[in-house]
Amino acid sequence: MPITSFLPTNVDYARFLPEILLTLAGTLIMFLEALRPEGKKSNAGVFTIIALVMALPAALMATPGPAFQGMLVVDGMATFFRTLVIVVGLLVVFSSTDYLRREKQESGEYYALVLFSIVGQCVMVTANELIMIFIGLEISSIASYILAGYLRDDARNNESALKYFLLGSFATAFLLYGIAWIYGATGSTNLTEIRRALTSGAAPPEAMIGVAAALIFVGLAFKISAAPFQGWAPDVYQGAPAPVSAFLTVGPKAAAFAVLMRVFLGSLETAAPHWMPAIWVCALATMVVGNFAAIMQSNIKRLLAYSSIAHAGYVLVAVAANSGTGSAAVMFYLAAYAFTNIGAFAVVTYFGRAGEKYVAIDDFAGLAQRQPAMAAMLTIFLLSLIGVPLTGGFFGKFYIFKAALDANLIWLTVLGLLNSAVAAYYYLRILVVMYMREPGESVEKLPPAGALLQIAVYGSAVGTVLLGIFPSLVLDFANRAALR
Amino acid sequence: MTLLDIVLFLPLVGFLLLLILPKESSRMAAMVFSLAVFVVSLGLLMPYWFQYPAGHTFSTNVSWISYPPIRYHVAIDGLSLWLVLLSTLLTPIAVLVSWKYIDHRVKEYYAFLILLEFGLIGVFVAMDLFLFYTFWEVSLVPMYFLIGIWGHERRIYAAVKFFLFTMAGSVLMLGAIIFLYNRTGTFDYGEIQGMIQTGSLVFSPQAELLLFLAFFIAFAIKVPLFPLHTWLPDAHVEAPTAGSLMLASVMLKMGTYGLVRFCLPLFPDAARRCAPWIAGLAIIGIIYGALVALVQPNMKKLVAYSSVSHLGFVVLGIFTFTQQGLDGAVYQMLNHGISTGALFILVGYLYERRHSLEISAYGGVATPAPNLAIVFLITTLASIGLPMLNNFVGEYLVLQGTASANFGWAVFAALGVIFSACYMLWLYQRMFYGKASESLAHHMPDLTMREWAAIVPLLILMVWMGSFAQSFLPSISVQNAAILESTKKLRVERVAIPARQTAEVSRANH
Repeated sequence: MPITSFLPTNVDYARFLPEILLTLAGTLIMFLEALRPEGKKSNAGVFTIIALVMALPAALMATPGPAFQGMLVVDGMATFFRTLVIVVGLLVVFSSTDYLRREKQESGEYYALVLFSIVGQCVMVTANELIMIFIGLEISSIASYILAGYLRDDARNNESALKYFLLGSFATAFLLYGIAWIYGATGSTNLTEIRRALTSGAAPPEAMIGVAAALIFVGLAFKISAAPFQGWAPDVYQGAPAPVSAFLTVGPKAAAFAVLMRVFLGSLETAAPHWMPAIWVCALATMVVGNFAAIMQSNIKRLLAYSSIAHAGYVLVAVAANSGTGSAAVMFYLAAYAFTNIGAFAVVTYFGRAGEKYVAIDDFAGLAQRQPAMAAMLTIFLLSLIGVPLTGGFFGKFYIFKAALDANLIWLTVLGLLNSAVAAYYYLRILVVMYMREPGESVEKLPPAGALLQIAVYGSAVGTVLLGIFPSLVLDFANRAALR
Repeated sequence: MTLLDIVLFLPLVGFLLLLILPKESSRMAAMVFSLAVFVVSLGLLMPYWFQYPAGHTFSTNVSWISYPPIRYHVAIDGLSLWLVLLSTLLTPIAVLVSWKYIDHRVKEYYAFLILLEFGLIGVFVAMDLFLFYTFWEVSLVPMYFLIGIWGHERRIYAAVKFFLFTMAGSVLMLGAIIFLYNRTGTFDYGEIQGMIQTGSLVFSPQAELLLFLAFFIAFAIKVPLFPLHTWLPDAHVEAPTAGSLMLASVMLKMGTYGLVRFCLPLFPDAARRCAPWIAGLAIIGIIYGALVALVQPNMKKLVAYSSVSHLGFVVLGIFTFTQQGLDGAVYQMLNHGISTGALFILVGYLYERRHSLEISAYGGVATPAPNLAIVFLITTLASIGLPMLNNFVGEYLVLQGTASANFGWAVFAALGVIFSACYMLWLYQRMFYGKASESLAHHMPDLTMREWAAIVPLLILMVWMGSFAQSFLPSISVQNAAILESTKKLRVERVAIPARQTAEVSRANH
């Protein structure tokens, strides 16, 4: 075969365009940052926004099909998730600029790291090859480790980054080991090939596949903070800068769920009877641990961290459904959750002020009387997290439990629904404090929110409500993109 | 777009408008808006003017969410018509009774009150299960804030308890709704009911029981049926007057409405199987509520427990599966809305004067405030079911229906009527008769014009509904007959099943 047939073609590059754009932008920012004269204001933020806005149509309009000899594949799911992580990136950048200015840490690296992390997530969701998944995961993770410890003089930031890094590397090792087992069993790391090997007459021994699946699941469960691998999440999300926590609870998680679906609902589908009980148990444990631990919290970032664990549990319910509706439900829920959670963290970012001084729930006392608009927005996000109709969070939950009942997971559905009633309690506590307590000194003299932060908050609120009233906007896309 | 759509969405427009308007004008705007909604809603009476159509009127059925096929399907029938009118009538009254009482965060208050109206109307007119659930939950949020922000001392506890109780019940209902959808491919109430009627949708007895219970528990919490009633006294006592008014008069009816609308026609078999148990709980509720009301030192709590007792009658009437019982139950929903609503308003008037809810803080009120005393007396008499006043008609029908279903039940339920006379009259005697203390006489001005305006419509309705039941009952009756028919048909079919037939025959032979 001539060597040219192995060289990438224009079609390959076009399908890879979002990643190319974002990588170029990230690298360029690093260069410009080095050349920036001391004291001159960095405009990396604006540059990042432009890059993300350009990558958005590139992701949306990418033609479906494989790229780079089947290493990557652009299909409906890839397009959905690439769009999602880019939008997440945009909202995070909007809510970061204020924060960085306040902490006097305005530098280009932050934005470059966000861009690299998004590139990694884009690679993860388009990868059709276990090695590519691993590379994407590493690109995304390493950038996020640094982001978690971005304020290098802050002790909690350091703790957060260190914990995230150590446990994260450990989990990645599990994933890699699982990939090795798969390769040993099937002779391939290509997801399509693996599926073919498993469905062919000469299928490898079930035990081997079981071990491989378990190892890969452990690696991914860590990334989505599913119980019993959730222990790192509260410390990391609490310690990291608020906009970074927002990013970590949605971006890497969404990408990891995409991988989970591609590997388990795609390649290892034939082994479903074996891994299904594990996901069932894991989903339930994650919901219970997240919700019941969240009840005890007094710090709003930590509360949102536990709530993000619980929400990963709901999404796992949809994964356990192992169906087309299930994967559509996963996608829709992640999109709704992204808007909701970034919005909630954006309000926390705004309210926390320098050094994140005001992050106790009690600090929010009387916010509704001093800042009715911000309080109303946080109310929308909290109602969406509770799952009250006319918000994206409700429709997401509805669709997840619909998928679960379709798949006859009656008990998991009932327990999940009861869990969501328990969850209402701790979200209501924040509403109680905001609306029903008298204002304390913490809500006085709040500086006005910056324009970009306002875009993040109001944009997320519009997204949350829009997904609740007109879910078809995203749901039709998700249903078309569903794996089966 | 029909008149009903306008009635439904006008409050939502009002809510958004109130958020924009300056806070000085929000009280007036709320009044104008809620009155406008009421006037427009009177137009809904047109098809029911001396005629009693059986089916839906003012129906709108358009696609809302394309997949899964969720439709914006709203309609009115004899059952929901009066409940919608009750909501639209009571909202301006609620605004009126809050006029002076609410003095802080006024704008948010009226905005939530109007939003509540939107949710309540929606619940009663939704003909799509998903839409119904949406309104069911949406109505929860404004009430939560109304209790939690403008309530009395323990308001936060009461508000959170109220929210969590309702939420816990309704998530199971959501599960059941999804299950129904997965079996039928539609959320449309009419279509699902049709499938059950024609027998194209059959559940195993166990599945039907679970589905029935999922709906039933959600409704029973809302009613509230003994022993799920514990949130109610807290919520009532802590809520501001208008909150108690809307809660007792309209919100509790969401539960009983749900029982009639969904539990009976959708799961007739299971409903009939559970009827003795539910009737038992209802009777316990009637007697327990009355006895607890008897010993309450707090007048608002007394009225709250009397609600538990009165709503026991409604549930009992529903589960007798007789025409009279069901008619009485639905009529009693409206009566309770009028008379208990009026009681809460009057308790609120007294509280505004004396700033105490303790019965012992009053005595001899009739001397300084004779008009207030007369109005309270009429309401009291209505509440205990004096003939010619509204509750009598409802309670009589319920008891008649119950007696024809099971005489023993009727005997026990009738005890509740007697008890209600005891606690209400004793309350009246302690508060209004006797010699007024100096300080009380000083702080007890008689009714003002605004207060008259809020209570008079309810007094008129008490007399009207008690004396001319034929203005209201026939349209309700027609609808109830249809619902009852739908639960009977199945029974006939069931008897036709051979296994069942042999059982019946062998029993007859003995």
